[in-house]
Amino acid sequence: MAQSREQIEQMVNQWLKYVEELMKNEGLPIVPEEKTGDPLWVDVREMRLKYLIPVKRIKKFFDGLREGKIYATRCPVKGIYYFPPQADCPACMDENLEWVEVKGEGEILTFTKINVKPLSFIHYPDYIVAIARMSEGFNILCWLSTDKPDEVKPGMKVRLVVKRREPEGFFSYYLEPA
Amino acid sequence: MVNAAIVGVGHTKFGRATDKQLQELAWEAIKEALQDAGITQRDVQFVAVGNTGRWSSDPLPAVVISEYSDLCPAGSIRVEAACASGSAAVRAAYQTVASGQADIALAVGVEKMSESTNLQVVEMIGRAGNFFWEFEQFGLTFPGYYAMYATAYLHRYGAKEEDLAAIAVKNHYYADLNPHAHFHKRITIDDVMKSRYVAWPLKLFDCSPQTDGAAAVVIASEKIARKLTDTPVWIRTQAVATGTSNLSKRSNFLSLDSAVKAAEEAYKRAGVERDKAYKYFDVAEVHDCFTIAEILAYEDLGFVERGQGYALAREGETYKGGRIPVNLDGGLKAKGHPIGATGVSMAAELTKQLRQQNPPERQADIKRGWAIAHNIGGTGHYAYITIYTLDKPPTG
Ligand SMILES: CC(C)(COP(=O)(O)OP(=O)(O)OC[C@H]1O[C@@H](n2cnc3c(N)ncnc32)[C@H](O)[C@@H]1OP(=O)(O)O)[C@@H](O)C(=O)NCCC(=O)NCCS
Ligand SMILES: [Zn+2]
Repeated sequence: MAQSREQIEQMVNQWLKYVEELMKNEGLPIVPEEKTGDPLWVDVREMRLKYLIPVKRIKKFFDGLREGKIYATRCPVKGIYYFPPQADCPACMDENLEWVEVKGEGEILTFTKINVKPLSFIHYPDYIVAIARMSEGFNILCWLSTDKPDEVKPGMKVRLVVKRREPEGFFSYYLEPA
Repeated sequence: MVNAAIVGVGHTKFGRATDKQLQELAWEAIKEALQDAGITQRDVQFVAVGNTGRWSSDPLPAVVISEYSDLCPAGSIRVEAACASGSAAVRAAYQTVASGQADIALAVGVEKMSESTNLQVVEMIGRAGNFFWEFEQFGLTFPGYYAMYATAYLHRYGAKEEDLAAIAVKNHYYADLNPHAHFHKRITIDDVMKSRYVAWPLKLFDCSPQTDGAAAVVIASEKIARKLTDTPVWIRTQAVATGTSNLSKRSNFLSLDSAVKAAEEAYKRAGVERDKAYKYFDVAEVHDCFTIAEILAYEDLGFVERGQGYALAREGETYKGGRIPVNLDGGLKAKGHPIGATGVSMAAELTKQLRQQNPPERQADIKRGWAIAHNIGGTGHYAYITIYTLDKPPTG
């Protein structure tokens, strides 16, 4: 199961080559299904999808990450915290939110370890995703990194840190045992 | 409001349909539903299709299905409420009839998941929460979202992974009696415990599978329903609610707020007392996409007190003959979960239960003539609760 992205890409390319050969020889991209032998038409078109997601109104959050800081937004009128940070306060129908640095102390509410991973996450070792209640009262969901995965449980004290996600190298936030 | 009832049902075999396209699969269910109702395509004035798609090639399933099934030019719509898309299709058809805009409407649910590879499907379902703050950075999967509920529940009430397994054992037992089910294999607690982890603490046998399948129901106004059948199954009421997209915005992981809210609303409208809810229904279909979800459903529907749901299946209380029989068709777990088809499949199954058309081993005893469907989209993102009855609703 635990295959690297390279291995998977290699397998896919090999398979596509086989379909291409088949199409040239037989004149049709039709292959037998692995288990049933049912004839399947292999889509000749391929779509590569990468979304372009605007972050202009919450850019400070990402600037903060680069400085090792994690920001939430807060409503100056009602004191409501927003994490993930957002630019609008629907409670006041206003967009006057202020940026506040998250203190970073929390307690695990729940967690899981992802064993069967989505295709685009296949290159990571199995990872723990946790939700923690922070001392300010809001929750944060992210990866939990620890050397002692067996000791993780609800109620465990954690702190929030900024690290780069490898191998890609982008800044992200993680929970760690406090 | 006009009273509306189900007067015809159709259902394909659930499983891997590598021999059929989306519209072929849908037509199989539609044909059966039209014949069961004793009508033709010309009688259908509106078509609602529940389909989540993306793993299958056609982006406009409602029109592709309408053309293939000779349903044009009746109006149509494709609806999405994640794993509750089927109930959303029932809702669109039901509301169209109840508002007097059509006498006969068709609700179709269909999904072709096997057109993409397993891990691509895991990816596409995993994206169905809050894309940027849950998936893009943290790679959650659907088993993962529900696993977080399982972790919190087991920790809070001291329940064991074996208690989750008891749900899978029950649902595989009933699926074995249902020719339409994805799996025909009885399993033991031990089989579940030995299966590999998918998202700790959930294992392979705690999960519903990726399934192809279709279901269809014909919904008619009171005037027409009376002419078509002696046993219309009335849609007594349907209540819906929505939960936050990001799980971190929730205060606890022991209950799905949206399901509680929708049940409360449905019970209020139908005059059901929540703490005695199980006494009102002869049979229930609940959303067991993962074993923990069925346990949460018992509690969210008020079939049992908080923190006690995990014992119900183990003690046989949700088998036929128990306090309240749940998922006598094998549930999503073992009948299979073709996402958009599931809610319509629940409607079809409860119709057959109330008509007493199932084989005796999985036919509930019908005394009061009431049944309830609990269909959840996402991780409590959408909640659809529908009450079906043999007696006609008082209003209308
Ligand atoms: C759990 C899951 C990831 C397993 O997929 P996988 O690891 O790729 O497993 P495979 O499909 O390779 O199946 C391996 C074997 O296990 C069986 N299997 C697959 N899923 C199963 C399940 N959920 N329960 C029991 N058996 C299952 C297969 O039939 C196959 O058996 P075979 O080898 O005899 O043919 C997949 O079933 C899944 O994604 N389920 C969740 C679907 C979902 O999230 N739905 C939305 C819920 S709201
Ligand atoms: Zn405000």
